[in-house]
Amino acid sequence: MTIFLPCLGVCKSLLQVLSRSTFSLLNQRSGLTSRLEVIMMLDFSGLESSAPLYGGSNELLSDGFSAAPSFDLPVTSDFDDFQKNSIQMVKPAKGTTTLAFIFKEGVMVAADSRASMGGYISSQSVKKIIEINPYMLGTMAGGAADCQFWHRNLGIKCRLHELANKRRISVTGASKLLANILYSYRGMGLSVGTMIAGWDEKGPGLYYVDSEGGRLKGTKFSVGSGSPYAYGVLDSGYKYDMTIDEAAELARRAIYHATFRDGASGGVASVYHVGPTGWTKLSVDDVGELHYSYYPVEPTIVEQEMTEAVVA
Amino acid sequence: MTKEHANWSPYDNNGGTCVAIAGADYCVIAADTRMSTGYSILTRDYSKICKLADKSFMASSGFQADVKALQKVLSSRHLIYQHQHNKQMSCPAMAQLLSNTLYYKRFFPYYAFNVLGGLDSEGKGCVFTYDAVGSYERVGYSAQGSGATLITPFLDNQLKSPSPLLLPAKDAVTPLSEAEAVDLVKTCFASATERDIYTGDSVEIIILNANGVRRESEQLRKD
Repeated sequence: MTIFLPCLGVCKSLLQVLSRSTFSLLNQRSGLTSRLEVIMMLDFSGLESSAPLYGGSNELLSDGFSAAPSFDLPVTSDFDDFQKNSIQMVKPAKGTTTLAFIFKEGVMVAADSRASMGGYISSQSVKKIIEINPYMLGTMAGGAADCQFWHRNLGIKCRLHELANKRRISVTGASKLLANILYSYRGMGLSVGTMIAGWDEKGPGLYYVDSEGGRLKGTKFSVGSGSPYAYGVLDSGYKYDMTIDEAAELARRAIYHATFRDGASGGVASVYHVGPTGWTKLSVDDVGELHYSYYPVEPTIVEQEMTEAVVA
Repeated sequence: MTKEHANWSPYDNNGGTCVAIAGADYCVIAADTRMSTGYSILTRDYSKICKLADKSFMASSGFQADVKALQKVLSSRHLIYQHQHNKQMSCPAMAQLLSNTLYYKRFFPYYAFNVLGGLDSEGKGCVFTYDAVGSYERVGYSAQGSGATLITPFLDNQLKSPSPLLLPAKDAVTPLSEAEAVDLVKTCFASATERDIYTGDSVEIIILNANGVRRESEQLRKD
């Protein structure tokens, strides 16, 4: 099973879901807990079945170091059945599209708002852009509770840093704090694929941090099941010298196109801008309405119209 | 060498459905009273709703032993808060406390699907919906439990509110009156009972408003 770093939480869990043929299990009473948190049911049937998933055992072997690769282990076995079941309980498929990029005027951050549990949409109004403090934003992809909790924790740590050092923490520092925490929980089943965007003394900063402990500095990132679509739009339209409005429109379009093609993304497209004075929420648009504003319906020319037959 | 699989699971699902609706100056929290295990009914008269504070009620479905433990933890934390601050906890504060409590057991979760309902400090209704490990969101209405997938689409149709993310922020609470909302909840449970085997027997409805708390009960199909 290949694991793509950017879509980490999503692809891995999506594949797990698919390989479990959850869809048949979904016909039974329960669903999976929402990653995005928001809403959710547990797939209880996973606890009852004696055949654990292929996906489950891969989860525990993902860090590659702690587990002794015993190749004679059959696919159906698992190191700790209960641990696997626990992980399954909180790890439903969650699709998302989040993106962020640096340009001349700062950082543009955008995300959709859909949370899905397998095929069920658990919420269309999830806040995927988390306001860590007035000058730093974090995006959410992967486990909703994991992202919410650790971003809140990061906000606390950043505030403590300010109080202890009498200056704001840098984006580099904040992302490092988060990455170190996530690294210490490596292999335990956390699923976080986040971008930390902010403006500090060195100017705009953008880092990608994930639950495998990865941390990348960059100028353009997109995370989630809809990220390939977002990258397509972003890469073709990106220029460093854009105005805020142009950049916002690019970000909005990228999210819209991702929600159009990716079933696991949808809801509303939120666009935030991080500038020297902090972040501002620029716009929130329902993607359904965006579709009709980008592609208005042409009235079809009717040659002959049927009229109601007069009832005698 | 194959590892033996545990035949015992610490979890069980006792079924049931919980619903909460937030109004302009009221909040309705409801849950059915059936407790089941597998295909058996353990009791027809089990309350899934717990009063955490004057203005916060939590309804939880899932594994009732975990729910009971969670209710105890929250009640005792609230008591400590009252001793330290000489006042009751607000509903949004209780919401975050519940989220943190759930997340602290991230690697051995409470198998509880919660809906927290109450009045915020302005007297407006607020409903918070959770997943098993603590991610939460303030919404205008929510359903959790075995009948949630049956009830939520119906509530979407009747109560669909503008997204709380919109700019400028729009109210997520429903414009319905209190009596209409209670009626809607009764309809939800009657329908869910028809198609979900784990929902039925009776529904316990708590209505919170500026005047205080009112409790209603409605019989449902017992089959």
